[in-house]
Amino acid sequence: MDTDHYFLLTSHLTLKAGARRLVSDLNWRIQVGECWCIIGRNGAGKTTLLRHLAGLQQSGSGQISLEGRALHHWPLAELAHRRSYLPQGRNDAFAYRVIDTVLGARHPYHDGNFWESERDIQLSLAALKEVDVDGLAERDVRSLSGGERQRVAIAAQLAQDAHCIMLDEPCSALDLSHQISVMELLAERCRTRKKTVLMVSHDLNLIYRSATHALLLMPDAGWLAGPVAEVMNQDALSRCLQHPIQTILHNGQTLFVPGHQALEGKHHGAA
Amino acid sequence: MSKPAAGPRTRLILTALSLTVLASLVLAACTGSVAISPADLLQAGADYFTGAPSGLAATLIELRVQRALGALVTGASLSLAGVLMQALLRNPLADPYVLGISGGAAVGALTALLCCELVWMMQLAAFGGAILVAGLLFVLAYRDFRGSGTAEGSATTLLLTGVIVSSGCMALITLMLSLTPDSRLRSMVFWMIGDLSATRSSIFTWLVLLGVLAYVLGRARAINISVLYSDSAATLGVSLGRLRKGLFLCAALLTASAVSTAGAIGFVGLIMPHACRFAWGPDHRLLLPASCLAGGSFLVLADTLARTVIAPQQLPVGVITALIGVPVFLLQLHQHRQHHGH
Repeated sequence: MDTDHYFLLTSHLTLKAGARRLVSDLNWRIQVGECWCIIGRNGAGKTTLLRHLAGLQQSGSGQISLEGRALHHWPLAELAHRRSYLPQGRNDAFAYRVIDTVLGARHPYHDGNFWESERDIQLSLAALKEVDVDGLAERDVRSLSGGERQRVAIAAQLAQDAHCIMLDEPCSALDLSHQISVMELLAERCRTRKKTVLMVSHDLNLIYRSATHALLLMPDAGWLAGPVAEVMNQDALSRCLQHPIQTILHNGQTLFVPGHQALEGKHHGAA
Repeated sequence: MSKPAAGPRTRLILTALSLTVLASLVLAACTGSVAISPADLLQAGADYFTGAPSGLAATLIELRVQRALGALVTGASLSLAGVLMQALLRNPLADPYVLGISGGAAVGALTALLCCELVWMMQLAAFGGAILVAGLLFVLAYRDFRGSGTAEGSATTLLLTGVIVSSGCMALITLMLSLTPDSRLRSMVFWMIGDLSATRSSIFTWLVLLGVLAYVLGRARAINISVLYSDSAATLGVSLGRLRKGLFLCAALLTASAVSTAGAIGFVGLIMPHACRFAWGPDHRLLLPASCLAGGSFLVLADTLARTVIAPQQLPVGVITALIGVPVFLLQLHQHRQHHGH
């Protein structure tokens, strides 16, 4: 099998939480320029999977390779140019300024310099502008609202400028218009700048609008991966989320709406 | 860390702080039961370098400067250890003593005081006790040093283990204090509060301080990243496990060397990092050297107060640092709360 042209590849990856299987025998192929979204119920292993792919956790069995090289063989410093990772929660212990947190993401490019270069500063300010928080650059990060803090964290991902951007629920705290603009921004990075995006999200409509591919993690540790148009259908989504999902075509837009559990019966969810 | 002027700004602040250190040393040399004018100080300094120190002034100055240098290196070490501990635990409430390293030193020092009264024995025992506790913590909380700690990346196991070990040491100390004959109790209590009256700055403490400062300055950027991004600092190319081991070792060495020279002087290691962060921000590239200089001159001044405020009697310097530290800290905290409205 020719696997070299895949950007990120997992083979026979099995992840567990204690004795419980989260994902079984995952063979996932990701190519440059694809925008993937991981869908699944709470506790289905979405974050665990993303952390494994980011190299932050190594408890699973099976292989993960990045650009044809086993993930654990990559030196940390080189890996920092290849992928960035946005965790779900943030806790800020100290009063750094917003711009400091974004400049921190330029660390992989410091080349032994003690201070950031002028270019780092320009790129960081530009990243803040892209997610509409450039006005907050001098603010204490601890004084931001949840949504503002999250957009600053996304700006840091942009400033890191890695080949692959991994985000764990990037839109969870954002208002509707910022949810859409952030998703569009990420999708645009994939289309025009050859970036690859892997993210966890719960918003099916948003995913369908912006992502190119989806990975569904099933409750029985099974999985389904493919282009959104193929895998995001009523049947698969209902099985994945254990709740009936209906698709509606409205003004040329496909919308996902939750059905009524009571009416459609439990048998659907258990299928 | 953002402005292009970050470098010049840092140089300016550090120069100002260095001058403050010098000024505090001069003040310490001139103040005391026999006041010495700055002119005499210059004269004595010239005599000292020409190798002919003579007269009362020269002797006094030598004594005072020795003691002030001891205070300087102790204050700088404690303050730096505080910054490192706070960065390691990602907790602004941490100080050099929170993990019980000073408790270990106290157990060592008090054991030595109980058995014999040789100063060097006591220092050695204190240093040994501190290093022993640090080693114990390292083994017990090894999970936190492997790099992939908790999701918050705040080394919880280490903190909890440290707090427990610390209370264990306190129990041992209480036991020893209750067994000690009254005649020796005073020197023990003074040691525990922190006292610079018998302190000479040794080459060793300076080497530890400068060595650690050089090491951590080289990693200042990585420290920023680990404090900012906690666990996911690894995705920015920072080897978290190695950094944590380094920080822990450095903080332990600094604490051990400071505590074994001057006893467990409180509050310097908590207050000075906070004051510096409050004044100039949390960027470790400035914070590390700045807290060293500020902590050093603070302790020199506090010690000068300690030996003059109710002269001829001398107070243990720990009393002064706590008396100044507590209100300053509360004030700062209050202002911070007001500023942020939570």
